[in-house]
Amino acid sequence: MAKGMFVDASICTGCKACQVACKEWNGLAPEPAHFRSDAETRIVANNFTGNSYDNTGTLSATDWRHVRFIEQINQQRKGSRWLFSSDSCKHCTDAGCLNVCPVKAIERDPLGNVVIRQDRCKGVKACNKGCPYGVSKYSAVSNTSRKCTLCDDRIHNGLGTACAKACPTGSIRFGEVSELKKIADARLAQLQELGQKKANIYGYTQAKGLNVFYLLMDKPSVYGLPDNPVVPQRTQDVASSGSTIMNAMAFGLAALVSFRERGSRKKLSEKEPKVSGG
Amino acid sequence: MGSNMAECHPVAFRWPLKAKTEHGAVLMHVDPRFTRTSAMCDIHAQIRAGTDIVFLGALINYVINSKRWKTEPFFREYAVNYTNAATLVNADYKDTEDMKGVFSGFSADGKYYENGSWAYQRNAAPAPSVTEAVTFSDLLLQRVPGRPKTDPTLTDPQSVFQIVKKHYSRYTPEMVENVCGCPRDVFFKVAETLLNNSGRDRTSNITYAVGWTQHTVGVQIIRCAGMLQALLGNIGRPGGGVLALRGHASIQGSTDIATLYHSLPGYLNMPDARRPHGTLKDFILTEAVPLSTSYWGNYPKFAVSYFKAQFGDAATKENNYGYDYHPKITRDHSHMPMFIDMMNGIVKGFLVMGQNPAVGGQNARYQRKALAKLDWMVVRDFYETETSAFWRNSPEIKSGELKTSEIMTEVFFLPSATVPEMEGSLTNTQRLLQYHERAADPIGEARSNLWFTYHIGRKLKELYKDSTNDRDWAIKNLLWNYEAEPSEIADTRIKDEPSAYKVLKEINGYVWGDKKPLPTFANLKEDGSTVCGAWIYTGVIPEEGKNFASRRQSDNWISPNWGFAWPANRHIMYNRASADLEGRPWSEKKKLVYWDANADSGVKDAAGKPVLGKWVSPAGDGIDFALTKKPGSQGKDNGIGFDWLGGSDPFIMRPDGKAWLFAPFGTVDGPLPTHYEPYESPVHNTVYKQQSNPVAKVWNVPGNPYHIVADPKYPYVISTYRLTEHYLSGTMSRWLPWLAELMPELFCEISPELAALKGVKNGSYVTIRTARGEIEARALVTRRMKPFALKGKTVHQIGMPWHWGWQGTARGDVVNNLSALVADPNVSIHEGKVFTCNLRAGRVTRKGGKA
Repeated sequence: MAKGMFVDASICTGCKACQVACKEWNGLAPEPAHFRSDAETRIVANNFTGNSYDNTGTLSATDWRHVRFIEQINQQRKGSRWLFSSDSCKHCTDAGCLNVCPVKAIERDPLGNVVIRQDRCKGVKACNKGCPYGVSKYSAVSNTSRKCTLCDDRIHNGLGTACAKACPTGSIRFGEVSELKKIADARLAQLQELGQKKANIYGYTQAKGLNVFYLLMDKPSVYGLPDNPVVPQRTQDVASSGSTIMNAMAFGLAALVSFRERGSRKKLSEKEPKVSGG
Repeated sequence: MGSNMAECHPVAFRWPLKAKTEHGAVLMHVDPRFTRTSAMCDIHAQIRAGTDIVFLGALINYVINSKRWKTEPFFREYAVNYTNAATLVNADYKDTEDMKGVFSGFSADGKYYENGSWAYQRNAAPAPSVTEAVTFSDLLLQRVPGRPKTDPTLTDPQSVFQIVKKHYSRYTPEMVENVCGCPRDVFFKVAETLLNNSGRDRTSNITYAVGWTQHTVGVQIIRCAGMLQALLGNIGRPGGGVLALRGHASIQGSTDIATLYHSLPGYLNMPDARRPHGTLKDFILTEAVPLSTSYWGNYPKFAVSYFKAQFGDAATKENNYGYDYHPKITRDHSHMPMFIDMMNGIVKGFLVMGQNPAVGGQNARYQRKALAKLDWMVVRDFYETETSAFWRNSPEIKSGELKTSEIMTEVFFLPSATVPEMEGSLTNTQRLLQYHERAADPIGEARSNLWFTYHIGRKLKELYKDSTNDRDWAIKNLLWNYEAEPSEIADTRIKDEPSAYKVLKEINGYVWGDKKPLPTFANLKEDGSTVCGAWIYTGVIPEEGKNFASRRQSDNWISPNWGFAWPANRHIMYNRASADLEGRPWSEKKKLVYWDANADSGVKDAAGKPVLGKWVSPAGDGIDFALTKKPGSQGKDNGIGFDWLGGSDPFIMRPDGKAWLFAPFGTVDGPLPTHYEPYESPVHNTVYKQQSNPVAKVWNVPGNPYHIVADPKYPYVISTYRLTEHYLSGTMSRWLPWLAELMPELFCEISPELAALKGVKNGSYVTIRTARGEIEARALVTRRMKPFALKGKTVHQIGMPWHWGWQGTARGDVVNNLSALVADPNVSIHEGKVFTCNLRAGRVTRKGGKA
């Protein structure tokens, strides 16, 4: 049974505890791009963005979690909303990163999580492009690509993920994906009953199902998520990272295939009201 | 209201969210800003900063004139019996409506109130039950006042209800619109939701934090919420109340154990040389007599046990239990006047623990300059805070106002252990004591705060041990017996760490003779046979070796076996009010404490038969009442404490057993909350002629200039506040790169309207200025900030989090360079939530180029 996470954006307060817990457990450094060195003593943070309360901007090789802040406030200040959602690797059933890794450094664990094995990663960066969500990122420090492992070490020892453990409101929940879906469906039904017409679940169909899926309060695109992620498919065994032309061609082909698949899958999902409507 | 709970209490905010998602609770946020809390709420009412009393007063006016309140018997029964609505006030009382915005008793010099005219009308005093006073309690028994006169029909014009009704009659939805800048339809939504969610079956809670306290009318704002909740029957009942969110992990504990200069542990008053406190008898007469008909009738027992805890064997009846040697205050020693005294060379030495006034202090430039006047300063912290580094690199050093070579302050920096490296109890926001063990030894020379305090006391005692000076009696005889037992230090490298358990045991109280802990404060004596550091904590160590603060058994409700809630494990204060006059639960749904007529009280009658009937609480909450006092029973007219209170007087700490809609004493700035503009405001008060709180604490000293009302030089309102990502002055967060990168730099939140007016681009630098100081910050232009359209005027408000300083990994200017030394007259809290400023695009021009 696959383990995963349900991220309920409707009760995310944007506190970023998940970002810090992730870094703490996984021993991740502060993102070097966020600091300048100071002649006097030490490093000084200089990553103010002016983009609401989001100063880390994106996922990176050292930021495996990222909380988005979306201000929806009109000039009259009527019906104001400030949406928050914590983003990370979605551990897709059809994982583009895994599909395209030419050195097979990316594995699906029996618990369903997708892990870049650091001892085997050659820093090819194919996965950086292969992920339709831009999750996997190259680190020059380790010369590998890095991303969330679904706390591989924790979940194999009976613990949940660090981010879910730290989340004060239960917005991030760890567990069996099938169980989490029941919680998500019930919450969606509750919100729709309360008139939250835009609420929707993201991740039941995308990339053949995301083990980390979301309840969103608006269209996925509002949260920077593609409605229809294009997942590159596994190519023929790629012998080495040198065959970049082959890779590029394969990407293109995979994208085409994926588009076609997506079209048919979408139709399928429309027949299943449970998926779209709870 | 007055709280940004989701951001500043993010862990506790899980509970309101749980109420919302699991029980369909409606969350409302009344606040000047649209914050992460507003984002999680169903309704957000945006009001101009400093107008909370207008909004709350209008809610009171709406509630008591609503059809529902007037027709549902619940509200009337609660108000008539459990509040002082029916009590009659002196005939010579005059309200603000008749006095142009001040109350009767306002002194000729305009500096204070005489509160005699606010007093209750009373029956003649009863004949005392004792003639000769042997004990301190006898002194109280000789002075029991007559019972307050009442009019249960609530029609007498001198009744509290009629006075309240008249006082708030002008606080209308129109006034909310014109003064708060909040549309009336939003106000109505809040009012209707609140009223509909109060009553027999439903309760509503109001939660506040420093968004209410940091005003020159802070205490009155909170009182106004208390009045509203009392009128709605929302106090002493599950789901009700006015919940104070404390700002720090154990700030509740530090108030209880009295780090405040004017109180002793357990909320006894500090002996004060300016009051009739000459002897212990005088002290008790002054402080306990006005409260004797409440549970405070036990004041002498609490006070004597406290003094006995200070001086042990040396405290005897003959020397007034050491009272004569106990320190007495001589003036206002609160934070701001202390710094003024420092500036003037009166305060010469300064111990700084858990504080960073160079960043967190109001008018921080003033406070830093005052530090330079000290002879010595000891800072204990994790990092070299701005306070400890002021002498070498503060903005005043950089600007040349101060020169390191001329600063004579000797600064000692001592490394402090962090919280997981210390053992002890924390008291949280709901009065819950929770014990935590030491998880690891502190590194290097870092030591716990307890270690430091204990050893400095020990060394002082050593220095004074041979003194023959009478004035050194207190330090010589100070009871200081906290040496750890071998088992307590077995697992730590710090072998001279004192025993946190022994400190807590002394706070709990024990019998002086056999040293056995006391299970309840009902055991305390006024003859010196018991010691007790803080009576409200009694019961946390009910017997030797048993520490209730360590309990960790939860249930889905009150969880009485998790930690220990003072007093006496009562989680909901005044919970007698959760039952009606006859002691029946108001409703099945809101059942908590009720009278069980068939329960064995444990008391036997004259014939030896068990007396039946007692208060019960199946959920396990401590009962905040006399266990066997029958509902509806009459109190003894010449008794004190519980003897005087009746069986339907739930508010046992008030000398009439009622919730106070009208405060006959206790507040220095009036018996009823009244709208005054903040001390610095861009507008004139349109509600009263009186502009601001007439008795606000103001310090006209050099270096602390104020802005005049509607000062064209400072046209904008500014609010200061905290964010989730940093903690207070940043000592615990700005040095950590993981937190620094989440909120790297000081910023200023500005509405797009004001940004357009001032030519400010998002992300660019702006300069903010007051008469106290000038700072720069990055502009965060956002519609979460809103210009307030008042009657005839638009008021722009900006907001600034105040976490930054010049040290650490996340740096920025000190926002408190802008704020002023000005305070609430009751509790001396500064007005950080609202003052005026100016703003322009661009950076500060600093002497010697860019800082």
